[in-house]
Amino acid sequence: MSLAVRAWRALLAGLITLFVLNIGLMIAAVVTHSFARRWLGTWLPDGYTTAWYVAAWKEFQLDAVLWVTVEVVGAVVVLSILLGVPAAYALARREFIGKRALMLLFLLPLLVPPITYGIPLATVMYQVQLAGTLWGVILANLVPALPFVILVMTPFIEQIDPNLESAARVLGANTPRVFMHVLVPLLAPGILAASLLVLVRTIAMFELTFLTSGPDSQTLVVALYYAVFAAGVRAPQSVDAMAMIYMAVTLVWLLIALRFVNPTQLVSRVNEPGRR
Amino acid sequence: MRDRTILLAAPAALLVAALFIYPFAYGLLLSFEPPKGDWLANYTQFFSSDRLWPTIGITLKLAIPATLINVGFALPIAYRMRFPSRSQKSLTTILVVPITLGTVLIAEGMLTYFGPRGWLAQFLQLVHLYDGPIRLTHNYWGVLISLVISGFPFAFLLILSYVTGIDPVLARAAATLGAGPWAQFRHIYFPLLLPGLAMCFCLAFVQAFSVFPSAVLVGAPAGPTRVISIAAYEAAFELYDYSLASAVAMIMGFVQLAIVAAVLGARRLVYRGPVTGGKG
Repeated sequence: MSLAVRAWRALLAGLITLFVLNIGLMIAAVVTHSFARRWLGTWLPDGYTTAWYVAAWKEFQLDAVLWVTVEVVGAVVVLSILLGVPAAYALARREFIGKRALMLLFLLPLLVPPITYGIPLATVMYQVQLAGTLWGVILANLVPALPFVILVMTPFIEQIDPNLESAARVLGANTPRVFMHVLVPLLAPGILAASLLVLVRTIAMFELTFLTSGPDSQTLVVALYYAVFAAGVRAPQSVDAMAMIYMAVTLVWLLIALRFVNPTQLVSRVNEPGRR
Repeated sequence: MRDRTILLAAPAALLVAALFIYPFAYGLLLSFEPPKGDWLANYTQFFSSDRLWPTIGITLKLAIPATLINVGFALPIAYRMRFPSRSQKSLTTILVVPITLGTVLIAEGMLTYFGPRGWLAQFLQLVHLYDGPIRLTHNYWGVLISLVISGFPFAFLLILSYVTGIDPVLARAAATLGAGPWAQFRHIYFPLLLPGLAMCFCLAFVQAFSVFPSAVLVGAPAGPTRVISIAAYEAAFELYDYSLASAVAMIMGFVQLAIVAAVLGARRLVYRGPVTGGKG
């Protein structure tokens, strides 16, 4: 191996190590600060305490915020699966006029950034008085979640042998029974993967929730934004404690999700137009 | 018997039409119905106001360098890691973390770590790498760093999924014919990667162009990082001028579309020919 190749490889390894190291230290700094009694310009804080977690929980009314988060994320996962899996089935099994247009319709919300369509969407929601309500937030979050489920599920359905469905029909099963007794059990791994991916993405979805939520319908990430935004009003440690709670919630679900899905699936389902 | 299977897609299609297509159409019409002035009043106001018009330049000044950095570093690193290995698996897992945590948490982490009293500033002063005051938050650099932290992993994972889709047999064939590592990349991988790279560049750019929370939290939202999404947000939620806000959102969408069209168009000019050898 030539010297140039070795030097190049060392450079790449150095760059990626530097990147990962700094992100690790950034997270470590938040962890340390959230437990710090007082930390002003030294390497480590003067002392440690867990009091900021109690303070953050009370100040930011995290029990209410967490409950809203559970309701929003739960509803988005259930609705996107209930609507998305049948749609993916139709797209996977049938050829019809307008199929390409329909695929494009489902692809667009994943390609256009949320803040671009979130502002017109919030405007419409203010007109029909949905903005600020829990249902407004749920509907807004369905816009990227539903197409995501469809794109994840379509290849799963394509690989199931249609003969299994035909056999069930010959034996007298109607469409709902074929769905419940043949397809759903076979699709369970795909449905689980899609649910977990949507769950992780919805917990972290800031823009749409921010634009459509009111005081009683904030999810954890939006509450965190307001806490960071109003920093200075409260002790910075309690904002970091809240950031830790958000991080813990997200990472627990990410770890669960990574047992069932490939990390690239969190991003790469978005980019498959024209590649089959 | 008529096939009713297609109808299974109807509820999902209706929902996306009602919550995505309709608001876009509504916003477009609303942007031409300003509360006062003629039908183009919002657009003339945007392009003549020194509060609104410069936001496009400010956003481009952040989004273009961020995209070039992210794609520029992601390509060689993803290419280096193209063969399945333990390090490939652990790096992809690690890089998913910043994407999942999202920009709001990254902003809070940056304020703690990159701030004037954070570990990074202390370290740089300790080794005398830089002795002046270190300001990496609440300015242009803060937003650029946050765009790299969230955008690089995205570009890396995307490019990795393209690189691993290319059959390594092609490069091995070239190697037996005497092609060195650079020639293999230049003449085998790069042409096959180009469509994916163009797509990745577009997605990374569109994401960076719509930067919002970090421009507020680690930037200087009153001046140097007053990006276009902040202008749209202020019009809607501070001035309650939904007509102007829709116009700004439409302009934002139009600039994104223009850059994407330019990149995809340029790709057609650079390379024409079969792009088979992908995942198939």
